Formats: sequence, C-alpha cells, structure tokens
Amino acid sequence: MAPPPSIELSGEEDGDSRPAPHSILFSRPEDRVSASAASEPAYFGYLNLDRVIESMTNNHDEYDLRPFFYTRLGDCDAVHYRHEVLQDLENRVVLDAIRAFTRAMRSVRDKLKRASNTSYEIERQGWLVGAVDEYTVGVTSLARGLASAEVRSRGLRAFTTYLTGYLSSTAFASLIEESEALGAELQRVRYCLLIRGGKVTVRNYESQPDYSAEVLEVFERFKQDAPQDYRVGFSDHLDMDHVEAQIVDRVARLFPDVFASLKSFCDRHAEFFDVQIREFDREVHLYVACLEYIANMHSSGLQFCYPEVSSTSKAIAARDTFDLGLAAKLVSQGNTVVCNDFHLDGPERVLVISGPNQGGKTTLARTFGQLHHLAAIGCPVPGSSARLFLFDQMFTHFGSEEELANLSGKLEEDLVRLRGALRAATHRSIIIMNEIFASTTLQDALGLGTRVLNTITDLDLLGVYVTFVDELASLNESTVSMVSTIVPDNPALRTYKVVRKPADGLAYAAAIAEKYGLTYDRLKERIVP
Amino acid sequence: MKAHLLFKERDFEESSSFRVDEGPVQDLELQTLLEAMAEGDKFLFDTAGKVLLSGLDDPEAIEFRQAILRDCIDHPDTVRALYDVTQAAFEGKRYFFGFPSHHPSGILSHAVQSLELYFEQLKHLRRIADEHADEFQSEGFTALMEMLVRELDDDYFRVIDSHLRQLRFRGGLLLSAELGVANKGTAYVLRSLSSRNRGWKARVGIGTGPSYSFELHPRDEAGARALSKVRDRGINLVANALAQSMEHVQSFFAMLRFELAFYVSCVNVHDRLTTKGEPTCMPTALPCSPPGLFARDLLDVCLTLTVNDRVVGNDLDTEGKALVMITGANSGGKSTFLRSVGLAQLMMQCGMFVAATTFRGSVSAGLFTHFIRKEDSTMVSGKLDEELSRMSAIADSITPHCMVLFNESFSATNEREGSEIARQTICALVDSDIRVFFVTHLFDLAESLRFRALESTQFLRAERDPDGNRSFKVVPGDPLPTGYGDDLYRRLFQSDGRTMTPIGSVRDPPLPR
Repeated sequence: MAPPPSIELSGEEDGDSRPAPHSILFSRPEDRVSASAASEPAYFGYLNLDRVIESMTNNHDEYDLRPFFYTRLGDCDAVHYRHEVLQDLENRVVLDAIRAFTRAMRSVRDKLKRASNTSYEIERQGWLVGAVDEYTVGVTSLARGLASAEVRSRGLRAFTTYLTGYLSSTAFASLIEESEALGAELQRVRYCLLIRGGKVTVRNYESQPDYSAEVLEVFERFKQDAPQDYRVGFSDHLDMDHVEAQIVDRVARLFPDVFASLKSFCDRHAEFFDVQIREFDREVHLYVACLEYIANMHSSGLQFCYPEVSSTSKAIAARDTFDLGLAAKLVSQGNTVVCNDFHLDGPERVLVISGPNQGGKTTLARTFGQLHHLAAIGCPVPGSSARLFLFDQMFTHFGSEEELANLSGKLEEDLVRLRGALRAATHRSIIIMNEIFASTTLQDALGLGTRVLNTITDLDLLGVYVTFVDELASLNESTVSMVSTIVPDNPALRTYKVVRKPADGLAYAAAIAEKYGLTYDRLKERIVP
Repeated sequence: MKAHLLFKERDFEESSSFRVDEGPVQDLELQTLLEAMAEGDKFLFDTAGKVLLSGLDDPEAIEFRQAILRDCIDHPDTVRALYDVTQAAFEGKRYFFGFPSHHPSGILSHAVQSLELYFEQLKHLRRIADEHADEFQSEGFTALMEMLVRELDDDYFRVIDSHLRQLRFRGGLLLSAELGVANKGTAYVLRSLSSRNRGWKARVGIGTGPSYSFELHPRDEAGARALSKVRDRGINLVANALAQSMEHVQSFFAMLRFELAFYVSCVNVHDRLTTKGEPTCMPTALPCSPPGLFARDLLDVCLTLTVNDRVVGNDLDTEGKALVMITGANSGGKSTFLRSVGLAQLMMQCGMFVAATTFRGSVSAGLFTHFIRKEDSTMVSGKLDEELSRMSAIADSITPHCMVLFNESFSATNEREGSEIARQTICALVDSDIRVFFVTHLFDLAESLRFRALESTQFLRAERDPDGNRSFKVVPGDPLPTGYGDDLYRRLFQSDGRTMTPIGSVRDPPLPR
C-alpha cells in the first residue's frame, strides 16, 4: 500500500522545529472550525450589515471571509485578542508589510494556476519560477517588516516566531539562492527575430541600431507639449500562443544551458507553499478588509474606536457614532455624515426615539444594532468612543418608518413575530424595533406600545424603540427619550442629529439677501483675490 | 514648431485668467459681433468667441496682438492665403482618413499617410513665407516667417520623405527581444535593416552564429494573427513616434489655423465697419489700477452691425472712477451705452480694435453682466430669487479688478428693498476694487450713493433736451427723480388719442432702427 499523501504542502523535511498551529483570528485556534460553518444572522438585513459586509469582502472574495464576519466571539478575551492585532495593524509599517505580503501571495496563487493551465512546457516553467520568486520575496519582506515594527499582539507575535523559524530553515535558504541564480541567467537571454511574410528566423542579437530612436530624432522639431501616447498596451500576462511557443523553442536551442537549468529547478521545487503561511494569508484579511473599508471614511473625518466590551454591564454609550452603510454611501458621494451620541446609565435600557420623519431615527436604531454586532466580532466601531454589551441574541425587523402606509395587513404578522422574539429573549438580548402600531389609532399605539415596552423592561432587554408617540418616551425609568431635530430657521431641512431631549418647537425666517449671501459683509468675504 | 500669434512665445490657452461667464454673451449680444467676424464660417465664429472671452490683462500682451492685427489689416490677402493652407491641411485630413486604428500597424500606416499630406501643405507654407515674409512688421509674424524658413529646409523635406518610404517595411522587419513573464518574448525593439548603418555590416540571414527558422502554414489564420501581434509589438514604438509626429504637425496646423482665424475674423469686421464709415481705433490698454475709461465717439458695435444708418457714439471720461451710475430717460440709450462699454472692454482685452475714434482704458481681470432678463418677466414670483441667485453666482467667481455691468438690476421688488440690496451689493463690490457700471431708474439708490465717496463715483444721465426729445447721448449729470416715463408714454401713444396716465417704470423698448 502506498503511503498516504503528505498534507504538509511545504513537503521538505529538514528537521527544523516549528511551533504548533495558531490562528491570527482566534485566541483558541479550535474556534476556527465552528466559525467556518457560520451562516448570516437574521438581523443582518435589517441593520444593512449584509451590504456593509458585502462591500467589505468584495475585493477579498477568494478568502471566503464572510463566515468570520457572521461569527460573534464568545467572550471579552477573544474580542481583545483581535483588538490587539488591529492595534498592531494601525502601525503603518505593519499594515503595509501585511498588504504587500497578501498582494504577493495572491499573485503567487495566480501564477501557479497559470502554470497548471498551460500546455507549453517552457511557459509552465516560467510561471513556476515567477511564483517562487514572488513567494520568497513576499515571505521574506513580511518577516522583515514584522521584526522591525515590534508587534505587541499575541496573534502577530506568535506568527512572527513561526515565520522566523521557517525563514531560517536550510530548505528556504537554498530555494532563494537557486531561484536568484536562475533568474539572472534568464535575464541575460536576448535574441533577434526577422519576420518576412509568414517566415520567422530566430538568431543572436548583434547590437543593431534602434530604428525607433532614429525616427524620433528626425521628427523631434515637431514636438509639442504632452503628446498623446499612441503606444498600444500589450499585456505580458496573456497565455502563450503557438507562434510564441515556436519562437521560444528556437530561443531554447540558441541557449541550451540556460533552459537545462530551468528544467532542473522546476523539477525540484514544484511544491514550495507553506500551509501555515497560506492560512495566515486568508485569516488576516478579516482585518485588512475592515481597515480598508473604514480608511476612506476615516480620511473624511469620521472616527472609529475599539469599544470597551462587557458581558455583564448594560451601561452602554457611544459618541460621534454613525450608520456604517449610510456613511460609506455618503462619503463616496462627497457628502457629510452626521454623527450622533447615545448612552444608557443606571436603570436605563431602551432608547425611545421620536421626532420628524426622515430625521435620522431609523438610522440611529440601525447604528445601535451595528455597533453591537461589530463589537462582538472584534472590529473597530464607528465613533470616538464606545462602551458596548456582548449580547446573546438580537431581535430586529419589526416594522419600518418607510412602510407605514401598507402596514395594516402586516400588523398581526408583526405582532406574532414580536411575541416569538419576546419569548426567546433572555436578559442578555437586544431588541430593536420601529413603531409597528402606526396604522392603528394613537390610543392603540399608546396602549400596545406601553405593554411592549413594559415587557421589554421586565425582561431587562437592551434596545431601541422608534415611535411617533411622545408619551412612550417617558414611560418608565428604563426608557430614555431621543428626538430627531431640524434646522430651526428652516423646518424643511433635517439636521439628522438625534439628541437626548423631549421634542421641541420650530421657528424660521431668514432675510432673502442673507440667504443668497449678498449682504455687504457676506459679499466682502466672498470676493477673494 | 509653433505659431505663437496670440501670445508671445506661448500657445493660446482658453482658460486664461480672465474671468467671464455666460452673462456677457447674452447681455452684450455677442452673437451679432461673432457673426460679423465669422461671415458664415463656423470655425471663425467659434474661434472668435473663444478668444473674445479669454481676454488679456497685460497691456503688453495686448499690444503684441494689436501689432499683428495691424499687419493683417494692411495685408489681408497674404493672411487669408496662409489661413487657406491651414484649411486645406484640415480638410484633406478629414477627407482622407477615418477612424484611427488600435493596432500599431494601423496607427503607423495612418500616420505615414497623414504626414505625407501635411508635408505637402508645409511646402506651401514655406513658399508663402519665401515670397511674403518682408510684408510684415509685427514681432509675431516676423518670428513665424523666420521659423518657417529655418525649420523647413529642402534637405529636411528629403530626409522625411526617405523615412516615410522606409516605414512601409518592404524588406521585412527586424526585432530584438528578451524573455519576459513566463518566458514569453518581451522588450521588442525595432532594429534598423538598412545597410547604410555602420556597425551592422552583415545583411540579414548571413550574420554570424546559428539561426533557426520556421514558416507558418498559409492557412494558419490564428498563427497569422499571433505573428502580426509580435510585429505590432515591434513597431509599437515607431508607430508611436510617427503618430506623435503626426500629432505634432497636426497641432501645429491646428494652432496656426486657430490663431490666423482670429485675425481673419477681425479683418472681416474691420472691413464692414470701414465700408460703412464707422470709426475704429486701436485702444490704449492701461494697467488695471487706477480704474478708468476715456473714449471719443464710442459705439455699440453690435448695434451698428445690424442697422443701415450710422449710430450715435458717446464721449466718456471716467478716469479714476470705480463706480459709474447711469440714470435718466427711458429709451435714452442707457442700455446701448452700457453694451458699448462692455463690448469695447472685451474687444480691447482680446487685442482687437474698438469702435471709437479714441479709446483708452484700464484692463480688468474679468467681465460680468447682470442685466434684467426680459424673458423672465412671466415668472413674477421667482424673479427676485432669480436675480439674486444670478448675482450670487457672480459673487462666487468674481475677483478684485473685475468689471460688472448692471442693467436695471434688483428692480423686481419694491423700490426701497431693491435699492437697499443694490446699495449693499454695489458698496461691497467697489470696496473690493471692482469696477461697477450701473444703469438704474431706482432714484433712491442713485441718491443714496451720492453721499458716499463722491470722488470715485461718476454720475451719467441719458440726455433729454428741454422739449423732451432724446438724443440717445449719455452725458455727465446727477440723477433726477423721474425716469421720463411720461415722455416715452406720450411719444408712443400721442397718435392714438388716449388720455395720459402716469406710469412708474417702463423698460427700454428696442431702439428705432
């Protein structure tokens, strides 16, 4: 019976000792297994997290990151493990090193695929040599980058240790040496082609003058500034065709020694990719995807923070926070994002949000939910500071501000679902709901709302309740009133600020010249040299 | 090789520092002037429009163009002959060659054919330069003629011809290459096959060292395509070089055509005015500060281009004045006067002559107009909004040393409010070193400005003789409390026997033509 195939792709046994497997995402590597089977939480759609995760992972499809974004971590330590890595990655040097490394690995995989797809042997060898070259450079510079940056996180320190061991192995050293020598040989190959009709002759290059340069010189006097570039881009990354293959076969005959060492190298180094490094490459993209996603918003002035997390204290708070999905859209359109604060202290458990429509009520409710999920997967959250609760379940999607008109038929359905949620909820759960009683009379809305809020209070749930009934805001000591506000001078303008206070009145009037910035003072300011 | 007839040693740039928006085009009826300049030629029309709206703020740069324009007015036939050559280059190109190719071989053959055509026209230019160079006095034309003689000698034409022949590659194509990604050929460089080149003595195929050949099967179409891709890589650089040369010659012609077009269009309108007996003169452009304008017999050039009779000119002296308030009789020539100032300013700043016997004025950094728009009069409710938002748009782009012409602005509301908005606007502009010409019937406004820094304000009034007849002259004079609407009303209605009712403000109807 033949021995079972080796799982270890790095295959070359050289007796170097290597540390046990580890994961850059999980303080306990075994958690990785259950995470890979996770499916999308039910509240994702309501919170628009589906779209957020979609665009975060868009550029990283090949790594299959979504399960990691779905899986909430069980305890505070697991969250801190990720915060530590992220804090290391805030160091430009570390992040750049990782980015360069993952780019290199992506290109390595691409080259290996090309190698296995081609039917021309010399092309296959060429892709493999290219892959090895990129791999060794990528891995070496990652090690250098991590070493010079003095990483602090448990995750990156363990990986650095692993990498140091790998790089100092004799197998890796000779891989580098051989590939460099081969590369230098290949680079020296230069030849000439004479094309006349369908006949091609391949021969040595003998320093014939560059005709393009001659032509350019003759036409020099017609030079004007910044001419259009008429060069046609030829991709060097297309597959070899049979004409090129015939040419390179004849080049191989002109340089037999060079092509013999090429073949020997490829025979010996077909399997070079280390499996631990491959796994790191995948997992680290959770961080890369997060940071890339927020970088754009960050540079337009929005803040992100590592939330304080607790699985016991329900005193939560966030400052200067915002809806991630909405912010991404606004920033990409060049618009400003309005930030909001919220906090719950002592007995307070539920934000009751009222105020004018289209004023940012649902947005704040969604933000509340997003923050808690993001915190639970160890990601940075929108805001300058945040204190959040590690929940067990989150219940959402009850009604919505946008659907008020056709809700009447859905009222019963919503109530049934709400009853289910309230039965399943524990004291560690979160509930986020829009007014679902809007189609009923004010009296009913008040009555039903009071009962639901009292039940929520009894269960000690954390949550948000969006309503048009002002009275619910001051129902009991667990509810806190927040109001969406408008520009005092122009009620048609929304500020998208939702603040902690009871609803107030409006006023507006502005001088027409002032509106157009045409008073003496404004005009003087506007006219600049 | 550059023409440089609009700027000394520099190409024309449309986005000059001169600030102007769509307002003057509409309010000064520029269309009329441009049509006269174009005489039916769309290219002349577009060119004249671009140059007129890209005024110069440097008196020396203006004088540079004025000298060239004088040459053109003195030798119109030579200028038109030069322009015709550039037209021929343009037309020929358009006639012969369609879409540019995306393959180097196509790009190359297109470039070679175009260049053959252009070189024919360059030879024409050279001939004109040989025969007429001594007609020109101006710095710009002298430099152009010298350049043509210097750059386009017979030897050079011969070298060019020989390259254009070689580039058809009748004897095959020699390339050098290296190994690139995945051992595919890369860094293709076209090598000289010509036996004239020293260092490459051996003819191809009998050089030193081994050589290996293969030949495509005649029916191998994929192979033929693949091989032409290799060829394309080889001639990529030379195709680029030729196409860029073609572009260079083409843009030389385009620039020359554009620059000559401006002068040809100026000569066109100059002919019209001279034939009619209207005055023209080269204006004296003065630095932007102190502000001022001195003119004798200044005409609205657009008005005279549309009527048969000669039109009334105005004399004007506003030297040292930042604000000129024009009041007086309705239909008294205020709007015409305002347009004549704006048109002369634009014409002077692009290097043209102006329609006056004498004209000197300070240059401005830009020209804006804020005229009451007649077509807006139906949307009464939004009218003030519209006026203010137009003013706000001007405020967004105006800078010190610009000029603004207001015509009955801010009168879409009651007089008190309108006056107040106008007053604040005017004061802010003037205090920001902006020159303001303001035509108004708002007596309140004009009066209130009399109490403010009189020495920098000039008051003008549309003239009316004692028996109520208008001369259409605008002369110095303080505002009077009535706009003479009565006069106008009487004149328009005296024949139909209606009773006279007082009217507040009547907008200027079109002038009798």
